[in-house]
Amino acid sequence: MNNLQKNKLIDTTFKTVGLLFTLLGILILIILLYNIIRVGYTRINWEFLTSLPSRKPERAGIYTAIIGTLDLMLLTIIFAIPVGIGAGLYLEEYAKKSRLSTLLEINIANLAGVPSIIYGLLGLGIFVRFFGFGGSILSGALTLSLLILPIIIVATREAIKAVPPSLKEASFALGASKWQTLQKVVLPSSFGGILTGVILSLSRAIGETAPLIVVGAMAYVPFVPHSLFDTFSILPMQIFTWTTRPQEGFAIAAAAAIIIILVITFVMNGVAVYLRNKWQNKLS
Amino acid sequence: MKLKEKIIEILLKFCASITIFTTIGIIAVLLFESIAFFKNVSIVEFFTDTQWTPLFSEKHFGILSLVSGTFLTAAIAIIVALPIGLTIAIYLNMYAPKSFRKTLKPILEILAAIPTVVYGFFALTIVTPFLQNIYPDLETFNSLSAGLVMGIMIIPFISSLSEDALYAVPKSLKEASFGMGSTRFQTAIKVMVPAASSGIIVSVILAISRAIGETMIVAIAAGQQAQFSLDPTIPTQTITSYIVQVSMGDAPQGSIEYKTIFAAGLTLFLFTFLLNTISFWIKKKYQEKYE
Amino acid sequence: METTIEQTLPMDKIVDKSLKKTHTIEVNDAKVWYGDFMAIKGIDMVIKPNTVTSFIGPSGCGKSTFLRLFNRMNDYVDGFKMEGKIKVNGRNIYKDKVHVEELRKEIGMVFQKPNPFPKSIFENVAYGLKIQGIKDKKLINDRVEKALKQADLWEDVKDNLKKSALTLSGGQQQRLCIARTLAVEPSIILMDEPTSALDPISTSKIEDLIFELKEKYTIIIVTHNMQQASRISDYTAFFYLGNLIEFDKTKNIFTNPQKQQTENYITGRFG
Repeated sequence: MNNLQKNKLIDTTFKTVGLLFTLLGILILIILLYNIIRVGYTRINWEFLTSLPSRKPERAGIYTAIIGTLDLMLLTIIFAIPVGIGAGLYLEEYAKKSRLSTLLEINIANLAGVPSIIYGLLGLGIFVRFFGFGGSILSGALTLSLLILPIIIVATREAIKAVPPSLKEASFALGASKWQTLQKVVLPSSFGGILTGVILSLSRAIGETAPLIVVGAMAYVPFVPHSLFDTFSILPMQIFTWTTRPQEGFAIAAAAAIIIILVITFVMNGVAVYLRNKWQNKLS
Repeated sequence: MKLKEKIIEILLKFCASITIFTTIGIIAVLLFESIAFFKNVSIVEFFTDTQWTPLFSEKHFGILSLVSGTFLTAAIAIIVALPIGLTIAIYLNMYAPKSFRKTLKPILEILAAIPTVVYGFFALTIVTPFLQNIYPDLETFNSLSAGLVMGIMIIPFISSLSEDALYAVPKSLKEASFGMGSTRFQTAIKVMVPAASSGIIVSVILAISRAIGETMIVAIAAGQQAQFSLDPTIPTQTITSYIVQVSMGDAPQGSIEYKTIFAAGLTLFLFTFLLNTISFWIKKKYQEKYE
Repeated sequence: METTIEQTLPMDKIVDKSLKKTHTIEVNDAKVWYGDFMAIKGIDMVIKPNTVTSFIGPSGCGKSTFLRLFNRMNDYVDGFKMEGKIKVNGRNIYKDKVHVEELRKEIGMVFQKPNPFPKSIFENVAYGLKIQGIKDKKLINDRVEKALKQADLWEDVKDNLKKSALTLSGGQQQRLCIARTLAVEPSIILMDEPTSALDPISTSKIEDLIFELKEKYTIIIVTHNMQQASRISDYTAFFYLGNLIEFDKTKNIFTNPQKQQTENYITGRFG
């Protein structure tokens, strides 16, 4: 076999291996989804969604967990979105090339790489203990907000960067102030991109478990939260608790709850991808 | 009018500064509780003792056993994810038809979007029983399954980000190499990967950092026994899963158990901070080269 | 030692030695589509050995696509489809059994923008030899030196062979890319607007070089610059909308074109 044939053979072999690995990744995804659906689908019904957690696996439901998750997301949206967009606007439109802006940038890149459980320790030290909010849904939402802030900021900046400068100049030329221009021109034109980033950050937040365990999410909450200071459970916490129980019935309940959380996550990601494509098409 | 503009700028600046307060908060909380911890436990013991039993009556505080668990699971994950992820990146960039690449990349990225608690369930209830068929001595909780599944989770970090880096290499280099009579594989290995190396290294560092900080998979599938050992078939405990274990209990504030999670957290933070800094430095150096 | 590389080429077994020496390209009714768009609409052409041929024509006329047919660089374009015959050194290169990698050792290519690899000067020139599996250090050194000398770059870089190729000036980089092509000893060299990214001084150096290389190689050059075409080429082909309008000795094309479109183009009335 000469050199050329040898090189050709290596090339073809690598191509085959590459295709196999790619398909392997997809195959594992299918195995994962198949097994979870196979185990969990029997429990998916209205009762499961509306029942309280229980010691008996066949009676246990995810009502408190799902309400807790929804409440937590709502609060996180309220805290994180204005701050995240505000910070993105500041960095992209106001911050001059100064030492502060460099510091802010390095810092945000660094925060994005901090493990989520460390945010849990931060929440525990600051919100739960120092401010005395306890293991409440408020502490949880504040912690999650800090966690997803870097993602929203980065998405906001990317979206603002994509706004053509000519639009801004046109607004300035008509005598608009900076804030008027941002409010009336820049934000509306970057809305699609920002929204995509926000949805992606929430789909990340909805699956977060570790930091909320540290902050004090409960494995068993028999009522839905009524105030900001109530204890709370969330869907992934419920899945975690059920998974660690030895009874077969809880594994089934966990799989059913996983189906619910995957549906939510996939729908959010799907919407985000759809919006991104739509927005990119509009720009170009 | 002027005043309103000024107030808005200050408000926006405050929003941006929250990120600085977050970092300060993290460091302050970790240091504050860790200093209290090191008043009770000597640093020497912390770094040299090979047992970690703060929740037992006979307490040992050797972080090494948590560190060994952390690195063992992360190493297994990287051993899985690095070759697979890199091969996929090269395949998608150099071989796959455009339409194929456009569909497959987002599908693979789904792997990174799945909540980690789901992977924990998958590792414990599907992967471990499967591996036990092959190797019956494997314990129910083990770092092998946890590491393997973690590896699957981080494949898209390496494959997607490395592919982005390869994609950013000027097309003219690829053409030059083809024009010289290189095969796609030769072009990939000798031209594309070296040219994209900084981006690829950054993606791998990110994946390592992700694996070290990953919590739920190990908390569910790797067990809760801190061991200073590199045996992947037995239960182990990582820094993160220890923090979860204490948080699930009710260690009172001020107790030594409560303080341990901050000392452990500080150790974890330092590792990931180091990795972040390296990747930041590589990125910066790379940018300078192309300016 | 010169024969080492040729012994590794299976081409010698397939192709008659005398044919290989011919250094010719014969095109027979070539048609190219990108998806539904027909880029080349049936072209016949014979390129003679040891000549310089210029391809000229307005942007989008298909001259670059046509050039890239000769070393099958269009294969990587999505939706590329081709009909007709192209014989290089007597052999139809679009038959299934042809190794494109082998073909490209026979036909070198220099691109529009200098594209040295981010490696050292030496490694750039040695690249083509190394991917063929040549390990003989002395042979590689000799070839690198010879190629750099041929490309008129040796005096500039002989003390800095280890330096990154990216430190060279644009004109030097392009001459390095030519040296890189020469090192594998092709018989035909394709040049796709090789001077369009260079300053006038670098351009004239490259043009001198092309003139010298003609003795050993067949050169085909795509250019936007009509003065360049008239200065350096023996033959000129004028393309328009995927058709070959006129192909003749350069002198004839520029002094006595037979077709109205050619005259319009070279006199600057459209383009």
